[in-house]
Amino acid sequence: MLKILKYSFYDLMRSRWSYVYFFFYLILGFVLLFLNNDVNKAVITLMNIIIVLTPLIGTIFGVMYYYNSKEFTELLLAQPINRSKIFMGQYLGISISLTLSLVLGLGIPFIAYGLFKSAAIFDFGLLLVVGSFLNFIFVALSYNIALSTENRIKGFGYAILMWLFLAVIYDGIFLISLVVFNEYPLDKFSLITTMFNPIDLSRILILLKLDISALLGYTGAVFRKFFGTNTGMLLSMSILVLWVVLPVLRMNFKLRKKDF
Amino acid sequence: MNYKCLFFFLISTFTVSAKQIEVCNTCTVKTIKEAVKIAESGDEIFIKEGIYKEQDIIINKEISLIGEKGTIVDGENIGSVFIFKTDNFTIKSVKIINIGMSYTVEYCAIKVIKAKNFTIEDCILENVFFGILIEKSKKGIIRNNVISGNRKSEASSGNGIHIWDGDEMEIYNNELFGLRDGIYFEFVKNSKAYQNKSYENIRYGLHFMFSNNNKYHHNEFRNNGAGVAVMFSKFITMHDNTFKLNWGSASYGLLLKEIYDAEIYNNLFEENTIGLNGEGCTRINYKNNTFLRNGWAIKIAGACYANIFESNDFMHNSLDLSYNSKINDNTFENNYWSEYTGYDLDKDGIGDVPYRPVKLFSYVVNRTPEALVLLRSLFVDIINFSEKVSPVFTPDDLMDNNPIMKRIND
Repeated sequence: MLKILKYSFYDLMRSRWSYVYFFFYLILGFVLLFLNNDVNKAVITLMNIIIVLTPLIGTIFGVMYYYNSKEFTELLLAQPINRSKIFMGQYLGISISLTLSLVLGLGIPFIAYGLFKSAAIFDFGLLLVVGSFLNFIFVALSYNIALSTENRIKGFGYAILMWLFLAVIYDGIFLISLVVFNEYPLDKFSLITTMFNPIDLSRILILLKLDISALLGYTGAVFRKFFGTNTGMLLSMSILVLWVVLPVLRMNFKLRKKDF
Repeated sequence: MNYKCLFFFLISTFTVSAKQIEVCNTCTVKTIKEAVKIAESGDEIFIKEGIYKEQDIIINKEISLIGEKGTIVDGENIGSVFIFKTDNFTIKSVKIINIGMSYTVEYCAIKVIKAKNFTIEDCILENVFFGILIEKSKKGIIRNNVISGNRKSEASSGNGIHIWDGDEMEIYNNELFGLRDGIYFEFVKNSKAYQNKSYENIRYGLHFMFSNNNKYHHNEFRNNGAGVAVMFSKFITMHDNTFKLNWGSASYGLLLKEIYDAEIYNNLFEENTIGLNGEGCTRINYKNNTFLRNGWAIKIAGACYANIFESNDFMHNSLDLSYNSKINDNTFENNYWSEYTGYDLDKDGIGDVPYRPVKLFSYVVNRTPEALVLLRSLFVDIINFSEKVSPVFTPDDLMDNNPIMKRIND
């Protein structure tokens, strides 16, 4: 598995898109800090971008890589190697290279602007952790979709639709249900609803760290009690881990039966 | 001639230079109570360094009480300390500590009842229930005092400077913290409060109730439980104040309720949950204020008519304005909005497209507070954008027709 991981990783590291992605974050980080000159404020702006963009890039990269390396994968499958090792190697290769682009691309400008001296270091750290999680989650989800769909156009379509659903439509349905069921106590409901969407979960995690918690009023109290404490933090982190593990398990399950 | 001079001298010593009574542990007069007893109107009591454990010192003569460094009057958590029932008195440089808490009686360090022309200055009041409590008084000056308490709950704490029924009072350069309300004006008129610092109080930094024609300016209110509240008052001028870091689920920078004809200008509202909350406010001019990084910059709850918001800076607030009705009778003109995305083709410094400060999301949040969980979600940005293009839910006449392109009050 390590060999395949290494191969996928190097392959991606050499690819143009990894560099484009890396330089995009690098430039974004520098521009943000240049315009704001305040690490704290830059973290908020960055959150908006990471929450939307990392899932999208993860999804597209995952699907693209799967379909592009399909011939090579079929060649590998002909060798006496365990199937799940091949795919896990590929999956980890993509996820790690994307995460590396993200962490380095944003880390370099922030360190250059004196992150270590600022109080925002924990928020920034959380931001990177959440961003990395989103990478792993969405690559896994897109791999699932790609594995289940032979037609690459359809696969792309489903993957984009999945991203659109989690990033936009889910929130829309959530908002509508909040408005419709206005008369009922909604705090538990909204807490659970955010758990089911990794994007929402990561957004709330960061928002609460950024002290917007006070805005939430009564709802905020429930949220702060939950996410603010160590157990809440631990629980939400483990839910993010679950969001990685479950798709990976399904991937392996699917692999066993798939006829290539 | 000589004889005449001598006579004049005698008269003047008799009337003007009153005697000074010294109080100390080794003097003939050992307690303040004793000194007050033997003093006559016009005398000065000089309390020397030392700790005096005395309570309920009632003063009904026109005297001045002066302390020095190290003069401490300990209330021993029993009751009030000084109770003035006279005009023309002064109390200066006295440190008063440990005022007892009570749920029925307002124990305080310095109580003033029905007085005129008095001064309370340079006093340090520590661990108090009520600090200075003034009832039915006129023309008092309260300056350079430091008043602090360490109370934990609203019910078991008192106010720093509490004035009930006052006229022409002047309160300045005081520092108040750890109390319930820093300064409380109740039925006070023609008074001024300035250059005070009120912070870390359980409830309000400053609280106005039924007090007309007052001014407060150059004060700093920081980190108070619920900010500053001005209620049921008319003709109040508030300028050059700083409202800062009032951050919590029920906190305001400034809470206005039933206020008429007020002037609010040159204030700074920074990092409050709600910068300014208005309820039943009519004919108020807001000018040259800065709203920086608040949750809501301004929240208008209802029954606010004929307010004018002019030349204010709205910068980096999570939500600029929240409105709970579709009817608008207030004017927004020439403000700077950091979220403004319009352009200025003729380069006159005024944006060519009007700005709509009320977003659809703030309207939704007003109706369903839980929806705030979706703050900064992509979906919310999308619906805000669509509402901006064609307003359906937000009041369509609520806009700033001439938004300024650059910061105004830098």
